[in-house]
Amino acid sequence: MVIFGTALLAACYLAGVIIGEGIAALIGVKANVGGVGIAMLLLIAAQHYLQKRGLFAVDTAKGVTFWAMMYIPVVVAMAATQNVIVAFKSGPIALLAAAGSFAICILFISLINRVIERAHIASAALEPVSDDHDPASDLSVAPDHR
Amino acid sequence: MLHMIEKTILDNPLITAFAFVGAVIWVSNQLAHHLTRGRVAGSAIAVLAGLALAYWGGAITGKAKGLADVAQFGGLALMGGAMMRDFTIVATASEVHVDEAKKAGWLGFLALVLGTVLPFIVGVGVAYAFGHRDPVTLTTIGAGAVTYIVGPITGAAIGASSDVIALSIATGVIKAILVMIFTPVFARFMRLNNPQAAMVFGGLAGTVSGVSAGLAATDRRLVPYGALVATFHTGFGCLLGPSILFLAVKALFG
Repeated sequence: MVIFGTALLAACYLAGVIIGEGIAALIGVKANVGGVGIAMLLLIAAQHYLQKRGLFAVDTAKGVTFWAMMYIPVVVAMAATQNVIVAFKSGPIALLAAAGSFAICILFISLINRVIERAHIASAALEPVSDDHDPASDLSVAPDHR
Repeated sequence: MLHMIEKTILDNPLITAFAFVGAVIWVSNQLAHHLTRGRVAGSAIAVLAGLALAYWGGAITGKAKGLADVAQFGGLALMGGAMMRDFTIVATASEVHVDEAKKAGWLGFLALVLGTVLPFIVGVGVAYAFGHRDPVTLTTIGAGAVTYIVGPITGAAIGASSDVIALSIATGVIKAILVMIFTPVFARFMRLNNPQAAMVFGGLAGTVSGVSAGLAATDRRLVPYGALVATFHTGFGCLLGPSILFLAVKALFG
């Protein structure tokens, strides 16, 4: 049943938040420490455990994936409730921070990918294909040299 | 007639919010498809539209909660509130499969660490250069440079104000759009032509919408590899942001 998935998700969420509160109390931070991240790890672990034992029915999964797919709409609603006017007044911080971090990431991606290419850690470059080619057919046969 | 519609809308705020956000996303997808030919993801345009609507709402009400301060759109405060936001983010972890995650291996993890720490340092540095000294503000803006989800989650966890959270969302959204637009442009420079390179890219570039849209515009076959690592990015950032990174900033500037 769909509700089992949503209930599992809710249980992981609550457990993660409680653990986050516990960590916060332990290290003396007046905020939840990583509760959402811990809840995600719990959900991954719980799902893996149930799948291995065949207890994670398709309907159960739907109760989780619906909420996963709702995250972009929720983020849109969240964006629509922010105090944007004040943010705009704070100047070019957003633009500079975004452009700067993007530039530094591109440099590091280029560096790492050149290194793994030289060290033959990376697979061979994919053959160029036409646009109407079905990408799914290539993924399973991609060579893995590692 | 008009009075009846208004009463219905005011009586059902959350349902109205669902319908309204759906309409915003539909219009955004149409714009993405027709105006940018799919180069900019509809979700990124929708988030920008949300921020624009928040600006408009704030301008006409003079209050702090964006469009939610307009009575007819009050349901947005519940739909986009902390509870729903964190709940749906946790749900996205369901898309990560342990067996596939193991394939990404040490390379994906290294990229993930760099992709979280480097933008964070840049974000904190820029905020510091503009005169911010408060550790909460510095951390929230730094986290926004990681992704537009990590920013607000970190900000909410450590008690940042709404305007700082808006700034961190703006930072993340601008970054996501840059990734979408410029990934195909820099694909050759980044040697983005094989699955392992796509995983490195997914970890470092971060934002799922930016990575999947950017890779789709480069080579569709690379999308799952990049997205797989990128799906860890938000959770990883949400784990580090309010904890280790915040404590580090606090120790340095607190």
